[in-house]
Amino acid sequence: MAGREQVRRSGGGGEDEPGGEAGFGQVGATNAARDESLDDVLADIDGVLESNAEEFVRGFVQKGGQ
Amino acid sequence: MTVRRVMGIETEYGISVPGQPWADPVLTSGMVVSRYAREHGLRATHGAWDYSDEQPLVDARGFEMPRGQADVSQLTDAEDPALANVVLTNGARLYVDHAHPEYSSPEVRSPRDAVVYDRAGELVMREAVQLLADQPPGINLYKNNTDGKGSSYGTHENYLLARDTPFARVVRDLTPLFVARQVITGAGRVGLGRDSERPGYQITSRADFFEAEVGLETTFKRPIINTRDEPHADPDRYRRLHVIIGDANLADVANLLKLGLTSLALTLIEADEVRGALTLRDPLLALRQVSHDPSCTATVELTDGRRLSAVQLLWEYRELAARHLDREGSDPDTDEVLGHLDRVLALLEDDPMSAREDLDWVAKLALLQGYRSRDGMGWEDPRLRAIDIQYSDVREAKGVFARLERAGRVRRLTTEDEVRRAVQEPPVDTRAWLRGQLVARHPDSVVAASWDSVVLRGVGGAARIGMPEPTALGRAETAAALEHDDLAEIVAALAAD
Repeated sequence: MAGREQVRRSGGGGEDEPGGEAGFGQVGATNAARDESLDDVLADIDGVLESNAEEFVRGFVQKGGQ
Repeated sequence: MTVRRVMGIETEYGISVPGQPWADPVLTSGMVVSRYAREHGLRATHGAWDYSDEQPLVDARGFEMPRGQADVSQLTDAEDPALANVVLTNGARLYVDHAHPEYSSPEVRSPRDAVVYDRAGELVMREAVQLLADQPPGINLYKNNTDGKGSSYGTHENYLLARDTPFARVVRDLTPLFVARQVITGAGRVGLGRDSERPGYQITSRADFFEAEVGLETTFKRPIINTRDEPHADPDRYRRLHVIIGDANLADVANLLKLGLTSLALTLIEADEVRGALTLRDPLLALRQVSHDPSCTATVELTDGRRLSAVQLLWEYRELAARHLDREGSDPDTDEVLGHLDRVLALLEDDPMSAREDLDWVAKLALLQGYRSRDGMGWEDPRLRAIDIQYSDVREAKGVFARLERAGRVRRLTTEDEVRRAVQEPPVDTRAWLRGQLVARHPDSVVAASWDSVVLRGVGGAARIGMPEPTALGRAETAAALEHDDLAEIVAALAAD
């Protein structure tokens, strides 16, 4: 298929743990960790994060909807 | 072949009063709707949604004028916040659904327009939050779908389908798509299980809340395919497919692909070109297998014995579309969707993390992995859950997605200008144009409205304009009628057309 030849972005591959029950939600952090500009973003977001994460999470209670 | 069809997105926003988790969400949702309406001089009519389902047509275009039938005072005196409801000048509906403020976009005819009008809803909610901030502690809104504590609320897509497409075929051939497309539509979620009882990260926020393959319910025993048959249009010609399984997307590419891919699959299904070739052995199991595997390598079993990954399943739909396309031709909207689809599928196949500029779940995961690696957090760390929630905060300064996008880390397909315009103006090529224009030009005369009707007063009684055809009554068709200042003349001109 023609579309499969589209430009691919850098980022390596293969570092992620395989799927399956054991790997659920356990993707490795290596990709993101190599991204140096991410540090700036983290610093930027640090400044706006809710100060008491635990209380904020506990307070975010919703009623079910559709 | 085209991705174009009548469609729209409705989103129930998460709502929270800082420091007051006990605040009544029905009341606060009502405040969101009423405050926004008041600021814009719109009638936050309480209960004035026209639920009438009678559609006796006076002429072929569906106009009727049962004078003096609507009791205006009855429509406006109730102050029950649960019924707060307003039609916006862009043709959207802003109201309280269950315990959430909901923005239902106007009907549009392309995935791109659906993205623009969905984003317009984000600006509406953002402004409401800004307005309410003058009464501390204010009310915050989140474009997400779960609180991570067992509650989920929906982002629903709606697609107009030809009535003669057998629904059993829709169920058979769309179910595999809904399982597979999670790798594109997922908003990402910290926590596994309805109550986040196991630590970890999964692709979608909704997968753990689905318990049935097909059904009518939307608030419990949620089905992959919802059978609600309420076309809001001529029921002899149309069916409205009410899709309840999507996540709320903030990333433009994810949102465009959600709508484009689904519309494309529906075109294949209407032409009967899937023919059960991708049927899954256990769709509910497959739903969780896909959502719980951010590596995108898990395979799901088909009834023919094959095992395919979600990405491979999507390539199968893509191949079917390619064949259809060769025969039927394409258009710019379709080309745009397919260009992004091919690109994103290749990224997911190569390394899912490389799709972080395109997809919400990957953008969120990349960020969370950054925190994990910098600060050594485990998935059970409340800070990660806090970031998960704050990702969708509608406030420009506080919303983590908003900051990622502004930093240029997420691909944007829309412009701020077109989204701002979409807050004010309806789409030009559906009946939403007439609905929105009547609200904008004659806000005090629209006493009730629904998707397929508008009830006006001030015409020697009341007039109900039926709008059974979603693609009719757009800008070109109503331009002459809307030139009139007098409502009775507008109604007469529309009816005479």
